[in-house]
Amino acid sequence: MKKSGSINSIETFGLVDGPGIRTVIFLNGCILRCKYCHNPEMWTMKEKNYTVKEVLTIVKSNKPYYKNGGGVTFSGGEPLIQVDFLKKLCSKLKKEKINIAIDTSGISYKNYKKLFKYIDIVLLDIKHINKDDYINITCKNEFSKFLKFVDDLNKTNIEVWIRQVIIPDVNDNNNYLKNLANFIKNNIRNVKRIDFLPYHKLGKEKYRTLNINNLYKDKEEMNKEKCDELYQKFLNYYNN
Amino acid sequence: MKKEWKNFNEGLWCKEINVIDFIKSNYLKYDGDENFLTGKTDKTTKVWQKCEKLLKEELKKHVLDIDVDHMSGINSYDPGYIDKENEVIYGLQTDKPLKRIVNPYGGIRMVYQELETYNYKLNKNVDKYFNEFRKTHNDGVFDVYTKEIRKARHVGLLTGLPDAYGRGRIIGDYRRIPLYGINYLMKLKKDEWENMEITEMSDDIIKLREELSMQYKALDEIKKMASSYGFDISNPAKNSKEAIQWLYFGYLAAIKENNGAAMSLGRVDAFLDIYINRDLEHGLITEKEAQELIDQFVIKLRLVRHLRTLEYDELFSGDPTWVTCSIGGLTSEKNSLVTKTSYRILHTLSNLDPAPEPNMTVLWSEELPINFKKYCAKMSILTDAIQYENDDLMRPSMGDDYAIACCVSSMRIGKDMQFFGARCNLAKALLYSINEGVDEIKKDLVIPNVPKINDEVLNYNKVKKSYFKVLEYVAKIYSEAMNIIHYMHDKYAYEAGQMALHDTNVNRLMAYGVAGLSVVADSLSAIKYAKVKPIRDKDGITVDFDITGDYPKYGNDDDRVDNIAKEILNKFYKELKKHKCYKNATPTMSVLTITSNVVYGLKTGATPDGRKKGIPFAPGANPMHQRDLNGAIASLNSVSKLDWEKCCKDGISNTFSIIPSALGKNQEEQINNLITLMDGYFSKKAHHLNVNVLNKETLVDAMENPSKYPLLTIRVSGYSVRFNRLTRKQQEEVISRTFHEKI
Repeated sequence: MKKSGSINSIETFGLVDGPGIRTVIFLNGCILRCKYCHNPEMWTMKEKNYTVKEVLTIVKSNKPYYKNGGGVTFSGGEPLIQVDFLKKLCSKLKKEKINIAIDTSGISYKNYKKLFKYIDIVLLDIKHINKDDYINITCKNEFSKFLKFVDDLNKTNIEVWIRQVIIPDVNDNNNYLKNLANFIKNNIRNVKRIDFLPYHKLGKEKYRTLNINNLYKDKEEMNKEKCDELYQKFLNYYNN
Repeated sequence: MKKEWKNFNEGLWCKEINVIDFIKSNYLKYDGDENFLTGKTDKTTKVWQKCEKLLKEELKKHVLDIDVDHMSGINSYDPGYIDKENEVIYGLQTDKPLKRIVNPYGGIRMVYQELETYNYKLNKNVDKYFNEFRKTHNDGVFDVYTKEIRKARHVGLLTGLPDAYGRGRIIGDYRRIPLYGINYLMKLKKDEWENMEITEMSDDIIKLREELSMQYKALDEIKKMASSYGFDISNPAKNSKEAIQWLYFGYLAAIKENNGAAMSLGRVDAFLDIYINRDLEHGLITEKEAQELIDQFVIKLRLVRHLRTLEYDELFSGDPTWVTCSIGGLTSEKNSLVTKTSYRILHTLSNLDPAPEPNMTVLWSEELPINFKKYCAKMSILTDAIQYENDDLMRPSMGDDYAIACCVSSMRIGKDMQFFGARCNLAKALLYSINEGVDEIKKDLVIPNVPKINDEVLNYNKVKKSYFKVLEYVAKIYSEAMNIIHYMHDKYAYEAGQMALHDTNVNRLMAYGVAGLSVVADSLSAIKYAKVKPIRDKDGITVDFDITGDYPKYGNDDDRVDNIAKEILNKFYKELKKHKCYKNATPTMSVLTITSNVVYGLKTGATPDGRKKGIPFAPGANPMHQRDLNGAIASLNSVSKLDWEKCCKDGISNTFSIIPSALGKNQEEQINNLITLMDGYFSKKAHHLNVNVLNKETLVDAMENPSKYPLLTIRVSGYSVRFNRLTRKQQEEVISRTFHEKI
């Protein structure tokens, strides 16, 4: 059977989504509607436009750039939505010994566990660690699914890189940093790296052209230096 | 063993001219890092300060001074100095720094234009001589050019042809002078002249004998020129200072005698390192003094100037001289040729500030020492002044003693020379295939017998068939033009000094070139995959195109269009090869525009890819601006598909710009990522990469406030240039290029 997936775009020189140089494949479809999302064009599922073979050709073409830890990262959207397509693709990629990372919030109605055996790194996007705030940010009531995903992930040996977007007046406070540190320490295994991503507004033009109501239209960007300071504070909590 | 060779390991090189054997028998490879490097000495500081002052003055006046009383020649000028007391390497083109030479051998009309621009008047005697008694290269060429060639030139189908100035791109093996001494080189040339076996006094033999005799005399001139500076270069150099000085005299002779666009230096790092190392080992110099020699040598290379017309400056801004200096690479046995002197040369970018010349060219191999790769990447990130060429790709056929001339032309030093042929406008040729051979701007019939295409929607097969016919015709007139030019250049402006530093039985390359590749590939792709309707004026000539639907664009690693680009190159090269070349040269081809992509675009009408009339082409083999949408690697992958070995052995230029933050969070990450990027790119048999790591905002600011960025250097296509020396149009074009960035 010819498996196809719905892909928004492919960035062949990804340096921020996992180790080394990575081919970042942005998949369409997401259950959440995060207010800070900078890829709203990938929320809805679109036509299936790439076969497994076509993606494989692109990835193979980029393979010479993968030394130094590089590989493929699935991002989006929420890649776990297209789990069957990914399973097929990942099994082929693994035959090529390609490092696979998946950038996910963990939210999918599908059985994602069958993917785990192919994945080397999960870039785990933490929206928030309190249920109410989670719902406020994502506009969806899926917090329990997130916890379930973490639970399932903990049963594997997959390396976890935590990503936390820092948003002014939402989570840029000591209290949150402290709770986040405890949450990660107590609940997530195999954490290899934690990154803070300052909220930016580079996606705002997309909301306008897509005619989507931008709930963060008036939200200010997170100051990068301040974000770094918060990260240092966080590390203090995390390492003590 | 000669006494000057004391402590060197013997080898074949002692019995014959064999510089690479000398290098491989004696060099000390260096795998360490850059921590041994030292700053500039007081002497260098003083000399460089004087130069900086002069350079500032020159920037204001555009040309500092011109010697109108002498004609170019190896020994036509009195010795010149910058600051005699503090200089450790001597020699200037004329008697004063930055004073330019008048070279009428290429063409006297060009000289008039140049002098008029700067309000100078030619010495009456010189004027009279060249008008009444001496024919120039340019006169010779126009005595022979056909009307078809003249037309192709006039409309801008063939441009930049070296028919009025020096062809350049010849690299003398300047190392032979320090290694063997000039007397030995003269003796060999004389022996060959005297002992030549002649069965029939044919045209070829007569030419060869005349050239050999001129070479011999040129060597004698070099000797006299050196002696005017107080040096006797009859015998081999005894130490590192002499080695650099002797070598520089060889190069200096070349730039006194010739004004070719590219007057490249060759590959001197491992060679000079042997001398420096011998002196260091014997305590004759310190590291500081070694660096001083290299710094001051490089200062001399930075002062090279040629007199150009305004039109030339518009094509190639910023006074580029392509003193291309090839660095690193491996031996055929895969040993690194990186030495401490490879570092010392690159280190001048720190000691003397970043600058466009010499054109630093690193011969990249996956197997170069990691420390050297890191240093190169770091210097690229800091200075944007380095280009990289794939040693792993070139070495199998070029051996381990080749160098790059100009931007991307590889030649075995002292064994190959090339007949430079500028380039032909492939995009214009495509328009001819749609417009019955009529030029879309000048409305002249340029190519006869092109069938009319009056379809409402262009048909791919029909256009392609017509285009291929046009290319056949273009190849024919292009090769005719080249044969005429190089015949006349040999006759009226022979580079005796440079050719004397070649083997007599030199291998010749006929270096054709193309511009507008990405425009043509995208245009044909648009015709094939989208719906392209020509919009014609009252004469039936297309003035624009209406494009419906999307089409695959070159620069996205998409075979559907990348294969079109490959097919065009293969076809055109195949056609060029059908024509016999002057002096039995082997045809080669480059995909290179330098900065002329702007002027090419200006002279070309709207194209079927949606590019409007007058809009610049992408430089070299680059994808069109902003059309490479799948990230840097997809863009690099498309370019890497062009086949150097098969059809583009004169080089495939790609200029890559990336913003620092997209390359990594900190310098260490940026260095590692740049290395991985280049290793990956070159492992895919790509040929060349200009690397710029900078923010677009910096360039925009520099365009508006040039005085804020006096040193800002960037790589354009094949050379580096101070950003503030580009024309406004060129600056805008550079800014409009794709900067790889990611949110």
